[in-house]
Amino acid sequence: MADTAVLASKAPVAEKPRSVLDARLEALDLPRGGFTAAARADAADRLNAMGLPGKRDEYWRYTDPAAFNAPTAEPLAFTSRASTLFDEIEQLKLVFVDGRFDADASDALDGEGLEISTLAAADAAGDHWAADLYGKLETAGQNPVKRPFAVLNTLAATDGVLIRVTGKVSRPVHILYRREAQDADVTIHHVIRLEEGSELTLLETGGIAARSNVAIEVEVNKEARFHHIASKRADDAKVGIGHVFARVGEGALFKSFTLSVNGSMMRNEGVIEIVGDDAVAHIAAAVLGDGTEGRFHHDDTVFITHAAERCESRQVFKKVLKNGADGIFQGKILVKPGAQKTDGYQISQGLLLDEGSQFLAKPELEIYADDVKCSHGSTTGALDETAMFYLRSRGVPKEQAVVLLVLSFLADALEEIEDDRLRDDILTRLDEWLTSRASA
Amino acid sequence: MLNIKNLHVKLEDEDKQILKGVDLTVPAGEVHAIMGPNGSGKSTLSYVLSGRDGYEVTEGEASLYDHDLLDMEPEERAAAGLFLAFQYPVEIPGVGNLTFLRTAVNAQRKARGEDELSSGEFLKVVREKAKTLQIDADMLKRPVNVGFSGGEKKRNEILQMAMLEPKMCILDETDSGLDVDAMRLVAEGVNALRSPERSFLVITHYQRLLDHIKPDVVHIMSNGRIIKTGGPELALEVEKNGYGDLLAEVG
Ligand SMILES: Nc1ncnc2c1ncn2[C@@H]1O[C@H](COP(=O)(O)OP(=O)(O)OP(=O)(O)O)[C@@H](O)[C@H]1O
Ligand SMILES: [Mg+2]
Repeated sequence: MADTAVLASKAPVAEKPRSVLDARLEALDLPRGGFTAAARADAADRLNAMGLPGKRDEYWRYTDPAAFNAPTAEPLAFTSRASTLFDEIEQLKLVFVDGRFDADASDALDGEGLEISTLAAADAAGDHWAADLYGKLETAGQNPVKRPFAVLNTLAATDGVLIRVTGKVSRPVHILYRREAQDADVTIHHVIRLEEGSELTLLETGGIAARSNVAIEVEVNKEARFHHIASKRADDAKVGIGHVFARVGEGALFKSFTLSVNGSMMRNEGVIEIVGDDAVAHIAAAVLGDGTEGRFHHDDTVFITHAAERCESRQVFKKVLKNGADGIFQGKILVKPGAQKTDGYQISQGLLLDEGSQFLAKPELEIYADDVKCSHGSTTGALDETAMFYLRSRGVPKEQAVVLLVLSFLADALEEIEDDRLRDDILTRLDEWLTSRASA
Repeated sequence: MLNIKNLHVKLEDEDKQILKGVDLTVPAGEVHAIMGPNGSGKSTLSYVLSGRDGYEVTEGEASLYDHDLLDMEPEERAAAGLFLAFQYPVEIPGVGNLTFLRTAVNAQRKARGEDELSSGEFLKVVREKAKTLQIDADMLKRPVNVGFSGGEKKRNEILQMAMLEPKMCILDETDSGLDVDAMRLVAEGVNALRSPERSFLVITHYQRLLDHIKPDVVHIMSNGRIIKTGGPELALEVEKNGYGDLLAEVG
């Protein structure tokens, strides 16, 4: 807990010269905003007050924010084909090209139990239900730790989807990112509200841009269920920062799983506040990083706040690292006074395929209620020699044995995907991808 | 046939000699048993034959038919027809038993230049063999050996052996931890595989298993060497008198 106090008091302050923020803002074409105008103005003030983070900020101790601070993105060549993940699954497809909604490539913006609009269009039109949420969960998530790039996102987002869910929607909404420009620098902001008793599965796939900043604000109201499955094939997105801000209400369920493959500088922050009793929030990630294709640095930073009774939270993070890749995990569980019977669990594990790679974890618990069950664990290790030998003694070639053991290592994270079809699809692709890399 | 000549093995990163000149020949179609006190080097012999890391062969040779085993990777030895049923089968969370079996079967077929089995063909064969070993559908689906009882793990080893149809089967204490019925099942599984082309090397401490799997030859191993070789009666002698007399005989 001593550790935590230090972290809280060392919230980022504007220790960088003003010019870093100024240069960053000057390079952006800031939208004026319609229904978001007030939120954007507020974000501008907040960002001016907090500044952009520097290397000395405690929250950025393991990840250098320079690539996110730079005024422009470094161009990125195209390396892989368009994603075909989830192609076979009945879905409502929303396509973004270089961060802009592409109506022609997308399905019609309607569906039973859904009210969908895009940020760019809605913001030009005036009043919108999302005005209650846009920038609001992000603002709430700035306490006790500052997250300047999320503020920047609220200020500068050019597009995104706004989804209001009023019923149980069985067909997943699939946000598909595509790239056309090599140097696109993209800021996207999605807002999702699940009304009482509703249900939605949100899928995100594809390479977003040479540099991306994506924020998602999700309000999961009473007894609603939200499933989020993202596959970040970062062969096509080099530098990326993402934030998911969730507020989870009574008896509601929030589940988020992210698969990240390669890329060079990624940071994903999950900020989840459980505000209603008997709610469930899970956040998980499977990460595969190869340091040979440019620097690989992947940071997952999670902050879960329990502010209600009898709630369950689970963090499952698994990183497979090779050729000098860095994996980071900062995960916190905060149990507020009165959040009795909290069941909080956190596991973070690094599998190092060689000696040059490293996994750093900073797990934290801060608990102000007396009747709670919270546990956390973190491990770093190499492939299990005995298991390798066992597989090979059955005739499985070394490369294939490595693939099986990597999948074995990731299994707990993949288990967090509830839907069998979605999980199997990811598993199959992952297996193919690993196998093709192994024999190369 | 398996041919081991004057095999000397030490630990790779320790100055400890474990096998001190093992000579052993198992002709095609025969069943040989190895008995011997704890720590005499029986498991080490089985590991070295199957290619486990951590050991260094300082002298001698080992071949399976015309393959020089010691030069091959573990998976090549498997494809050449060697199989080791582990004394302690390994748990692999997150990898389904069926996936594992199918990967192994097809990897070996591929290595031998044979067609891979289709999903349907594979399932048909595996279900049939699992049934005779009383391995139920649930055990096939579960992750490899995770949460299996000791006896279930050993039966799972025999299922793998039955699926892979090796030429040379080494069983390292497959009888330990088995109840009477499981022992019979395992023995039946092994006996069903006996054929003129297939050999077995059965490592055991007890005559009990040899009542079911009748050995042609029994070897006694002590302190890294085969100190005595004889017929099935040798196992009975060990059962009755222990190793004391045998060890004294050799000096
Ligand atoms: N990796 C290792 N590190 C250290 N010692 C080892 C290692 N492997 C084998 N040994 C030692 O070598 C000797 C032979 O061991 P091994 O397991 O082969 O015996 P065993 O005949 O199979 O015994 P048991 O009947 O108890 O199974 C023992 O003294 C053991 O401690
Ligand atoms: Mg042994």
